Amino acid sequence: MLVTVTSTAPTASNLSHLLRKHPDRAQEFSLSVGTAHVFYPEVSDERCTVAMLLEVDPIGLVRDKNFKGSDAAALARYVNDRPYASSSMVAVALGQVFRTAMNGTSESFPELAAAALPLEITVAAVPARGRDTAGLVTRLFEPLGWVVEETPIPLDPEFPEWGDSVYVDLVLRGEIRLSDALRHLYVLLPVLDDSKHYWVSDDEVGKLHRAGQGWLPDHPERELITRRYLAHQRSMVDAATDLLAADARLTELDDIVPDDGAGPGALTRPAPLAPQRAEAVLSALRDVSAHSVADVGCGEGALLKRLVADPSFTKIIGSDVSPSVLAKADRALNLREASDRLRERVQLVQSSVTYQDDRLAGLDAIVLMEVIEHVDPERLAALEASVFGAAAPGAVVVTTPNGDYNALFESLAAGTFRHADHRFEWSRAEFAAWADGVALRRGYTVEYRTIGDIDADLGSPTQLALFRKATDR
Amino acid sequence: MTRLPLPDMSLVVLVGASGSGKSTFAAQHFGPFETLSSDFFRGMVSNDENDQAATPAAFEALRFVAGKRLDAGLLTVIDATNVQPESRRSLVALAREHDVLPVAVVLDVPQSVCVERNAARDDRSFGASVVKRQYDQLHRSLRHLGKEGFRRVHVLSGVDEIAAAEFVREPLLNDRRAEMGPFDAIGDVHGCRSELEVLLGKLGYELVRDDEERPVDAVHPQGRRAIFLGDLVDRGPDSPGVLRLVMGMVAAGHALAVPGNHEAKLVRALEGKKVQVSHGLAETLAQLSDETPEFRKQVLQFCRDLVSHLVLDDGRLVVAHAGLIEKYQGRASGRVRAFALFGDTTGETDEYGLPIRLPWADDYRGAATVLYGHVPTLEAEWVNGTMCLDTGCVFGGKLSALRYPEKEVVDVPAEKVWYEPTKPLGSRGANGGSSARDATRDPALLRIDDVLGKQVVETRAFGNVGIREDNAAGALEVMSRFATDPRRLVYLPPTMSPPQVSKREGILEHPAEAFDAYRREGIDHVICEEKHMGSRAVVLLTRDASRFGAPEGWRGAVHTRTGRPFFDEATTDEFLSRLDRVAETAGLWSELGASWLLFDAELLPWSLKAGAMIREQYAGVAAAATSALPAASRVLQTAVARGVDVADLLARTERRASNADRYRDAYRRYSQPVSGLDGVQLAPFQLLASEGTSHLGKDHAWHLARADSLADADGDLIRRTRRIEVDLSSPGSETAATSWWEELTSAGGEGMVVKPVAGLMRGTRSLAQPGIKVRGPEYLRIIYGPDYLDPANLARLRNRDVGHKRSMALREYALGVEAVERFVADEPLWRVHQAVFGVLAMESEPVDPRL
Repeated sequence: MLVTVTSTAPTASNLSHLLRKHPDRAQEFSLSVGTAHVFYPEVSDERCTVAMLLEVDPIGLVRDKNFKGSDAAALARYVNDRPYASSSMVAVALGQVFRTAMNGTSESFPELAAAALPLEITVAAVPARGRDTAGLVTRLFEPLGWVVEETPIPLDPEFPEWGDSVYVDLVLRGEIRLSDALRHLYVLLPVLDDSKHYWVSDDEVGKLHRAGQGWLPDHPERELITRRYLAHQRSMVDAATDLLAADARLTELDDIVPDDGAGPGALTRPAPLAPQRAEAVLSALRDVSAHSVADVGCGEGALLKRLVADPSFTKIIGSDVSPSVLAKADRALNLREASDRLRERVQLVQSSVTYQDDRLAGLDAIVLMEVIEHVDPERLAALEASVFGAAAPGAVVVTTPNGDYNALFESLAAGTFRHADHRFEWSRAEFAAWADGVALRRGYTVEYRTIGDIDADLGSPTQLALFRKATDR
Repeated sequence: MTRLPLPDMSLVVLVGASGSGKSTFAAQHFGPFETLSSDFFRGMVSNDENDQAATPAAFEALRFVAGKRLDAGLLTVIDATNVQPESRRSLVALAREHDVLPVAVVLDVPQSVCVERNAARDDRSFGASVVKRQYDQLHRSLRHLGKEGFRRVHVLSGVDEIAAAEFVREPLLNDRRAEMGPFDAIGDVHGCRSELEVLLGKLGYELVRDDEERPVDAVHPQGRRAIFLGDLVDRGPDSPGVLRLVMGMVAAGHALAVPGNHEAKLVRALEGKKVQVSHGLAETLAQLSDETPEFRKQVLQFCRDLVSHLVLDDGRLVVAHAGLIEKYQGRASGRVRAFALFGDTTGETDEYGLPIRLPWADDYRGAATVLYGHVPTLEAEWVNGTMCLDTGCVFGGKLSALRYPEKEVVDVPAEKVWYEPTKPLGSRGANGGSSARDATRDPALLRIDDVLGKQVVETRAFGNVGIREDNAAGALEVMSRFATDPRRLVYLPPTMSPPQVSKREGILEHPAEAFDAYRREGIDHVICEEKHMGSRAVVLLTRDASRFGAPEGWRGAVHTRTGRPFFDEATTDEFLSRLDRVAETAGLWSELGASWLLFDAELLPWSLKAGAMIREQYAGVAAAATSALPAASRVLQTAVARGVDVADLLARTERRASNADRYRDAYRRYSQPVSGLDGVQLAPFQLLASEGTSHLGKDHAWHLARADSLADADGDLIRRTRRIEVDLSSPGSETAATSWWEELTSAGGEGMVVKPVAGLMRGTRSLAQPGIKVRGPEYLRIIYGPDYLDPANLARLRNRDVGHKRSMALREYALGVEAVERFVADEPLWRVHQAVFGVLAMESEPVDPRL
C-alpha cells in the first residue's frame, strides 16, 4: 500500500520534475484499483522523497465484477490483504500515476531522466510468495543493480511458533535510472505477489515487453519472471478454471515435473510414472481381452484418451465423483463435437466407488488407477461391494503406490505420503492382503505386477493387481 | 342398462371399424386423459389427424404415453380401430409389460351405420370399401380375442347395446388396501401344526377345536388377524392339520393368506396333473390321503382361490410368499404371480440343485413394507423395509411372526428337525459353503441413484424437500471422499441465519431483530444461548458398535457440519472413551436406557479445525496491516509537518491502524494452542437422539439440563452453555437479554443464538427457524474485515438479504430432523442417508458465506 522513492542526487528536489508531481501539494488519483495519494514527506536539495499510498476499498473489491474471484475464496474477500499489502495492485497504480516517469522521457530534464540517480526505495509489506526458497527477492532485484534489504514481518508476535508471514518490508538502494526503477517495481511486485492478482487489461504480454525493455531479456531469472507474471493473466481470464484445478485428478508427487528448482523436484526420476502406469493398465486390459471397460475415477481423461485410440475397446465409460473434472474430461476428449459413433462408444458418468451403480454393471473390466488410496480404509468394504460385488466385471485392474518404495524418495519424510490426500500407501504385503481377501470373497483370482523401475528390495514405485473373475465351478 | 365389470388396473382396447363411434363412446365412459386416440396422436406428430403416413410415428408416441400412464397405475383406453390382430398383439404386450390386465371392448356396429357416419364428416374421405375391410377383419377376430391374451372381452353388438352399456370399475383381487390391521404375519409353516398352535397362543390367539379336538379356528380377543405367508404344507408332520386350522381362520375372517409355491404345486397335484413329487410333497399327499374326499376338495378350492399377493393398510403393507418388488405391487400378470410365488429367479440352480434366487430386497426402495417367507434364514431381519419371516421351522429352526404395525418379531422354536435341509440354514452371506453369487450383494450398500439426480425427500417436519440435481452432484465428492461412513452419519446440522441487519448506528447485528423475527412467528418464549467460539460438531457416542455396522469396540464419530471427522482414529477413540465415562458419571446412559447418544455440539477451540485458515488468512492480513499502516502514518506525519495537506488521510490511516489491532485481537481469541486433546472442549447443546428415541421434540431446557450434568461431571472436557430465557411479551425480559448479549460480546464473546424454547415448532406461517445467531461487533471484524464499521462500509454492508439463508436453514433443519427420525425408527440405511445427503447437497447451494 505504500511505496516511497528517495533521491539523494544533487538538487534532489528535481525528482518532482521527473515525476511531474508538485512537491508541495498532495494529489489524489482515482484508479480502477483504488485511490492513489501522492505526496512528498521530505523535500530538500540534498534529499527528496515522494510517497505513493494506495487506498483499496475492500468492499468495492468484493462487489466489483472486474475483481470477482472464485466462490471458494468468497469468505476471504472482505478479509483480504489487498488494502494493506504492496501487491500487484500497487504496481498497477504506480504504472498509472507515474506513467511519464516510467517511460523515461522528460522534455525539460532529458539528461536527468537518462541518468542513473542514487535512489532509495521502500516498499511496505510486500507479499513475497516463495521468498523462503533460495532468496527469491534478492535473486530478482540484485541482478538489476540494487542492494536489497528485506525485513520479514512475523505472522503474529504473540504466536512466535507460527513463524514469519509472506510479507517483507523491502528497501532497495542503488544508482539506477528512475524510469528503470519504476519499471522494475511494476514487473517484479506482481511476480513476488504471485497470486490473487486482479488484472484490468488484456494486453499483459505487450505490457511486460514494454516494461521489461532493457533489463528483462538479460535477467537470469527471466523465465521465472515471465511465467509468474503471465500466470496471473490466466487466473484472470479463467478464474473458474482455477477453482476447478483444485479438484482435478490429484497430481501425484511422483508425477510432478521439477519446477525452477524450488518445488519438491529434488526427486531423481528418469521418466514420470503416469504414462508408464497407463501403459501397464492397457496391457493388463489387453491380456484379459477386455472390450467394454470403465475407468472409475477417470479424472480429466488421460487414460480414456488412450482407450479411445485403441479400437479393440468398443465400450468405454469414464466415471468420476467430481462433475467439474468430468466436464474437463469431456472437453479433453472433445465429446461435444464427436461423431455419434464415438459418443456411443465413450460415455462419461458421475459416480462414486462407494455406491452401487448399475450403469457400470456387467463390463469386461473396471480400472481403478490410483483410486483406492484416496478412499478411507473404512469405506473400502463399500468399494469392494460396489465394484467387485454389484458391478462384477470380468476383470478389475487396480494400481496404487507401493509404500515400501517410499524410502527411495529423498524428499519424502518417513511416514508421510506422496500426496496429501492419500489415506494410505500400502506396502506390497498390505496390498496383497487386501487384494487376496477381495479375490477370495468375491470369486476372483489375482495377479500382481510392477510399474516403473524395480528396486531389488523395495519393488516398483507403483504396484498393480489384475483380478480375473474365477470361471464357474 | 348393461353393467360391464372393468378392473381398475387395466389397458382397455377399443375395437371397432371407422365410424363405429369409438371416440364418442370413450368420451361418455372415460375421463378426458384416460383415452388415448390414434387420431389425436397422428395430429400431434403430423398436424393432420387423418394423415395415414404418420401412423407409425403416432403409435410410437401413443405407446410411450400409454406406458407412462400404466407405470403410474392409471387405467388407460386406446381409441383406435384395432381390428387387425397384429395391432392388438402389440397392445396386449404393452399391458403385460406393465403388469396390468388387457381388456377388449368391441363396438360391433352395422357397416351401413359406419359408412353413413363417415360420410357425414367432411374430414374423412374413407370410402365404403375401407369400412367393409375393417368390418370383415373385426368379425374374423371376434372369436380369438380371449386367446390373444385379453383377460376380459366385452362385445357390444349394435347401436342400442352400445348405448345401454355402463362400466363398473372393480379393484383387483390383490387390492385390499381398506384392510387396516393390526396383523400378525406368519412365515412358512410347512406342516408344523404344533409349533403353529404354540405361536398363535404366544401371539394371543385362542384356539377353537372341533369335536375331534382338532384346531379349526383361532380368535384374537383384540380382533387382530393373522396373515399366512404361504407354504403351509409339505415336509412337516401335519400339513392337513395346518390347512384345517388356516382354512378355518380364513373362512371366519380371522386370517388372510397368500399362496406359496408349495400350495401352487399341491393344486396341480390335486388336479391330477403330472408333477414331480419331491421337496416334501409326497408327505403331504400321503397325509391327505387319510382325509376325506370332501376335505381334499376344500383344500383344492382354498389353495386355488388364494391371490398371489395382497396390498394392505392403505398401500403401506404388501405380503407375498417370496416377496414383491415395488413395480409389481398391486399389479396383475403372469410374471407378478411367478415372482410372488418363486421370487427373483434366473433359471439357474446352485450347487445343491436349488434354484438361484436373487436378493431383490437388497435393491428394494419401495415405500411399502414387504413381508414374505420362502427363503429359510436364521433370523428375521429388516432389509430395506422388507422382512423374510421364514426361519426354517421345519428344518429345526423356528416359526416366526411379525406383529404389524408394531414391527415386533415373535417366534417359537421348532420341536425338532422335521426335515433335513438340502443346504445348511442361513448359508447366504459370508458362509464359506455358500455360492459366490450369494455373497455378491451387500444390503447396506447404497445406490448411486439414492442420492444423484433430482431427489425429493418427504420430511415429517416440513413436507417434501426437493434437492436440486446440481447440488446433489456437488455433494457427492465430499460425501464419498471426505465424510464419515454413511452407516455412522446419522445427522448433519442445518445452516443458521443471522438476523436482519440492525438499523442502529454503528452496528450490523443486534438481538432486537432476532427477537422481532420470533415475535412475528407468534413465538414468545425464546432462549438465548451463548455462541461458543468453536466449530459445530456432531458427536455420536455408542456402546453398541453393531448398530452402526462397526467393529466391536468402535465408540462412535465426531464430525463437522459437512461430515468430516475432526480427529484421527486414535484421538477420536480417546475423546469418546472420556466422553463415555462422563456420560456414565452424569447418569445419562441409565436415565435414557441408551446404548448410544447423539449430540449436537460445539467443539472448541475453533483453531482445532480452522487453525490453518486463522494462520494463513486472518493472521497474514493482520501482519500486513499492523505493519504497513503505522509505516504509512509515519510518512504522513512527516508530510503534515512540512505543511502538506494530508491531515484527513493521516486521520483515516490511524483509524485503520487501530481497526487492524482490534481485528488482530478478535482472531487471537480463537487461537488457543492445543496439543492432542489438551485444551479441547465440547459444548453440547442438544441431545438429538438415543436408541429408539428422537429427543428433537423436547424443549431446550431439557437438552441443556443434560448438557449441564455432563459439565458437572467433567468441567475440563465439557463446557457449559450459558443462557438466558426471554419472555418476548415482557420488555424488561428483552432488555435483560440484550444487556446479557452486550456483556457477553464486549468481553470478547462471539455472540449468541436465539431459539424457541420449545425446540422444533411451527410458527405462524411455517416451521420456525431453529435458531438465529446474533454475532458480536468485534467477532464480525473477522467476517467482514477490520474496517467494516466505517460508516461508508457499513452502509453498503447493510444491503444483505437473509431470506434465502432462512429458507435453506429450514429445509436443512427438516432434512436433519428427518434423518434422525428415520434412524431411530430403524428405517433402511438408504432412507437415512438420503436425508443426510440432502443436507450436504443444500450446502453446495451458493449463499453469501458471511451470513
